[in-house]
Amino acid sequence: MNAEVKSGQNQATLELQNVSRSYGDEWSQEHIIADFSLTVESNKLTVLVGPSGCGKSTLVNLIAGFDKPDSGKILLNGKQVTGPGQDRMVVFQETALMPWQTTRQNVVFGPKLRGERSDADIDAEANRLLDKVGLAEFKDKYPIQLSGGMQRRAELARAMINHPLIMIMDEPFRGLDAMSRELMQEFFVRLYEENRRTNLFVTSEIEEAIFLADRLVVLSNRPTSVRKVIDITLPRPRDFHMLSSTEAYEYKREAMELLHEEAMRSFNRASGSGLMDAIAGGGGGD
Amino acid sequence: MTLYRFKKALSTPTPYLMFFGIALWLGCYYLFVEGWQLPRFNKLPGPVEVITEWLNPNPDWGMSLFTPIYYEHTLVSCRRILIAFAIATGVGVPLGLFMGWSKTFRDYSFPILETLRPIPILAWVPLAILMFSGLETPVIYLATLASLFVTTLNTLLGVDSIDEEYFRAARCLGAKPHHVFMHVVIPGALPFIFTGLQISIGVAWFSLVAAEMVSGEFGLGYLIVDAYMNVTYVIMVIGMLTLGFVGWFSAALVRIAGNRMMEWRVRALALEGR
Repeated sequence: MNAEVKSGQNQATLELQNVSRSYGDEWSQEHIIADFSLTVESNKLTVLVGPSGCGKSTLVNLIAGFDKPDSGKILLNGKQVTGPGQDRMVVFQETALMPWQTTRQNVVFGPKLRGERSDADIDAEANRLLDKVGLAEFKDKYPIQLSGGMQRRAELARAMINHPLIMIMDEPFRGLDAMSRELMQEFFVRLYEENRRTNLFVTSEIEEAIFLADRLVVLSNRPTSVRKVIDITLPRPRDFHMLSSTEAYEYKREAMELLHEEAMRSFNRASGSGLMDAIAGGGGGD
Repeated sequence: MTLYRFKKALSTPTPYLMFFGIALWLGCYYLFVEGWQLPRFNKLPGPVEVITEWLNPNPDWGMSLFTPIYYEHTLVSCRRILIAFAIATGVGVPLGLFMGWSKTFRDYSFPILETLRPIPILAWVPLAILMFSGLETPVIYLATLASLFVTTLNTLLGVDSIDEEYFRAARCLGAKPHHVFMHVVIPGALPFIFTGLQISIGVAWFSLVAAEMVSGEFGLGYLIVDAYMNVTYVIMVIGMLTLGFVGWFSAALVRIAGNRMMEWRVRALALEGR
């Protein structure tokens, strides 16, 4: 185990080199990810956006080490990823807090198991983090007793206490109502701007993507690869007003057009006709 | 606190409905047997007769709440259940957990479990008598066996029911396999385990009584058959009702133990208004 790295200064570059993954038997293989190459730059917030069902979660599983690529390499700071580890923390789509542990027990779970630090140290940091995510009063509640937004914040705290090199967020705000979602986005962007930890954020919402991202990666349809990388140069700290600027509008238009093309391609392939092309001719790419 | 809970319980319809249900049942029983004396029920003792005898300090048929022999039968059965249930739980829960956790272990143990499980417990009686000497061990063996299958299978299903995300989250947080077992597999399977234990204690009673009817000289099952043979039908009904009460009580104990161990689940159910 590496010596503890001070948060905010940790350099972490994640490289995906020609990664491919397919499922199924030899005679009916489905290629989910093909020849995927991307460098997730250190201390930046990289957002992956793609049509739903395009294999984003498969990608997350590969990076997290739950799954292995058929070919290609995944390197974190030059070292190949071979399995799950606390240098890459995943915040899951639906909450994965252990329902049988209180909020505080959930947060201290990882560090206490590994026993790299003293319990007093862990408890102190847990309290600080819970305070920070606004759950100090809820630390002895069970996850089921928290609202959706609180659960996501608890999960953020559970990830952050491990000082990961990179945070991987797999559509973390999915399933929240519009209001909580907006609040969580604002909260999350503040958190990121505080220490600029390398972050890979996966979403299917374009506005969310533009609001958060330093770099926006638009994914192609299945088999998934990188369609285009757009650098988002909106100033930081971000706030929601920026989304109505012309600059943001341009990003949005560009991303929408790319995604629309990709979605259309899959629709046509699925329905086996060019029907949607005719419809798209009029109203597409708004 | 207790008083408050009691008062609160009285403000809900539950206790009144319970009371009404019991009254309705007793009323029908009384009318069929003692009131109208329907032909089908003419050999059975009525509720008045049974309750009078049950509470009689000098019982006409030699058994009531005031005679030591009544407690002896009840206690013998309870002790057997306690031993059988303890063994079945002690073996069945770990067995089920390992079967759910390790694919290899499951692959070679599951077919055996599934073959033995459908064999009715009464079919095991001769084998039990051949294998164990005396009267006590075969009876306990049969009760253990019946509840073991239920416990093992439910525990196994409990492990299967755990969402894959929890395993992933734990591994991501650096949990070793034994940590996963302790902190994900066991707590995650607990709700199913306790559902299984409630069924298994019922099954244990069921097979115990069956075994006591076949062999034995004590216990509630023996008491019921013996009373039937001796045409002391009042005692037979007392034995049956006693069985009902101790069965209910033992299931309640399992439920209480479960709620104690799964506070998170109690809160979850409370939020759903249950």
